[in-house]
Amino acid sequence: MYKNFFKYLISAIFLLGFSVNSSADFKVGFVYVGPTGDHGWTFQHHEGRNAVEAAGIKTTFVESVPEGADAERVIRQLAQSGHDLIFTTSFGYMDPTNKVAKDFPNVKFEHATGYKREHSNVSTYSARFYEGRTLLGHIAGKMTKTNTIGYIASFPIPEVIRGINAMTLAAQKVNPNIKTKIVWVFTWYDPGKEAEAAQALIDQGADVIMQHTDSTAPVQTAEKAGVWSFGQASDMQRFAPKSILTSIIDDWAPYYVERAIAARDGTWNQQDTWHGLKEGMVAMGPYNSAMGADLVKEVEQLQKDLASGKVHSFTGPIYDQKGNILVAEGKVADDGMLAGMSVYVKGVEGDIPK
Amino acid sequence: MALYFFTPFIAIILTILGGGIIFYILGFNPIEALKFYFLTPISNLYGLSELLLKATPLCLIAIGLSFCFKSNNWNIGAEGQLTFGAIVGGGVALLFYNQEGFYILPLIIIAGAIGGMIFALIPAILKTYFNTNEILVSLMLVYVSKLLLDYLVVGPWSNPEGFNFPETRQFSDSSRMPLLFEGLRIHTGIFLALAAVMLSWFVLYKTYLGFQIKVSGLSLKTAKYAGFKGKTMILVVFMISGACAGLAGVGEITGPIGQLHRMISPDYGFTAIIVAFLGRLNPFGIIFASLVVALTYLGAETAQIFLQIPKYTGQVFQGMILFFLLASDYLLFFKVKILSLKKNELRH
Repeated sequence: MYKNFFKYLISAIFLLGFSVNSSADFKVGFVYVGPTGDHGWTFQHHEGRNAVEAAGIKTTFVESVPEGADAERVIRQLAQSGHDLIFTTSFGYMDPTNKVAKDFPNVKFEHATGYKREHSNVSTYSARFYEGRTLLGHIAGKMTKTNTIGYIASFPIPEVIRGINAMTLAAQKVNPNIKTKIVWVFTWYDPGKEAEAAQALIDQGADVIMQHTDSTAPVQTAEKAGVWSFGQASDMQRFAPKSILTSIIDDWAPYYVERAIAARDGTWNQQDTWHGLKEGMVAMGPYNSAMGADLVKEVEQLQKDLASGKVHSFTGPIYDQKGNILVAEGKVADDGMLAGMSVYVKGVEGDIPK
Repeated sequence: MALYFFTPFIAIILTILGGGIIFYILGFNPIEALKFYFLTPISNLYGLSELLLKATPLCLIAIGLSFCFKSNNWNIGAEGQLTFGAIVGGGVALLFYNQEGFYILPLIIIAGAIGGMIFALIPAILKTYFNTNEILVSLMLVYVSKLLLDYLVVGPWSNPEGFNFPETRQFSDSSRMPLLFEGLRIHTGIFLALAAVMLSWFVLYKTYLGFQIKVSGLSLKTAKYAGFKGKTMILVVFMISGACAGLAGVGEITGPIGQLHRMISPDYGFTAIIVAFLGRLNPFGIIFASLVVALTYLGAETAQIFLQIPKYTGQVFQGMILFFLLASDYLLFFKVKILSLKKNELRH
């Protein structure tokens, strides 16, 4: 041990040159917003990276990159250091990704959940999480005794509002008396705030807790209080085995592997991907046996129908809170409407924070 | 005295050695790891520009803090003053959205400095007139300013075309710091930091105010005996400190970020405390210290990219620098004596 250490020390004197590995190997870089161990958003992206690695492609990641001035430097460094494809996995990386993409036309960029594709080497991708919410709504509507569903929401962006609406519509279908109560926590990850929000909702009579935030605190709070809950982003069952009915799982792995191989083989092209249950980007965790075999069967059928397109999460008639029609009878909401969704449907309590 | 300025170097050397040992234990080649940490990030022009970009806010805030710390005023809330300065400056930038004019950027900068100043006056006034503890008040105000920023970017100031995402519009070009070189991110804000260094040197070492500050720092009783107006001085040092932090905030939002959102500072206001002490509260020492600490940020990224060393080592390095600095100060300026006490002596 000592020998090695001295060897390093001596070589130090000679090795202080600059040499950066610029091998010709195909490499994929990942930029994460959180730590790889958050058991939510970043954890799932990291699982996706592991799948790319397992497919025999070299990868690199940088974790906990703040969405401020630092993001651009990290993305640029990855591009500069020989990465051929770079996944930037948070909305706040949208502008930095496009800026760097301009200077590196030969590097491909994939930005998660954004809408700007300013250069031909930038693709965007996201998942139709709302399809999973429809399943949660169906289960929640059947399982609730108080007819009150508590929803912990992060930011009033279309994605979150879409989830609230999809869940409420599905729950109303099986239980017309359903009410959705919402607490906005204005954070994606803050176990303390999330736990408080869960408790506040339980105190207001909610017996099913749902979250659009990334920590395991809400399901743990629900477990303690003896109410139902759903896991978010990853299978959170082991954090609240009695309380969790199922989880919405973000499965980025197939997409990441497919895009990495395409980029390596030269068949990559710009696209805007929005995959759901059908492609497997949205998957469901194991169903809790407390749901009963009949309900599990129902939900599994609904899952199949959503995947095949036989059922759509937003099928008319859909009304907003004031009773104005949003989607006419027999029609389904188009992707444009879904992407910009900014009003609650009937049955949701409260106003969207402005 | 020479030793006083020498210990930061000892601390840095010890940190590098300590870092090498940690890398070795983690199973990395320590020399290679340290190379990626401290040399690779600044091995090209872009890297140097990023280093200066990162050091600018740290330097500005630390300069301001040095006035407070030198006079025994413990302003821990620079992060809050930075945030509030950015809010006020950003507000002006949004007010002039899509307008042209050479006067817009100076207005934003002045607004940011005033914002930081006002926010720093709160703990100062509470301390001078109500005898509150400035450490607690300034620290808690950090959360107040961050929540205010959250509220503004989610609510009234959010980008009307931004799908409710928690951010304002991108500022127009007339509200942005001009870049120094095409293709690099280093901007004219660096001159604000350099001006602050010069001015603070002048004030601290060539003016009566500077003399008062130093005397108060060494002995409050002497300062009182000499008839210095303690209250005014406390207000002034807090205002200087707040203005510098506010400028740092404005530099970030009108420089690399270009808008207001929730993540305008990765805790620069707190890291600057390390910078101030590593720089010995001396204006030129602070320049050096801000570069060293900025490098720990960049190094952490490079080390993760090239060697997949966890990025949190950056914070470990910052902690080690401060630890070794305090430890070497302690060992150098205090004599260590091993005393053998008799049992009954202990009972006093």
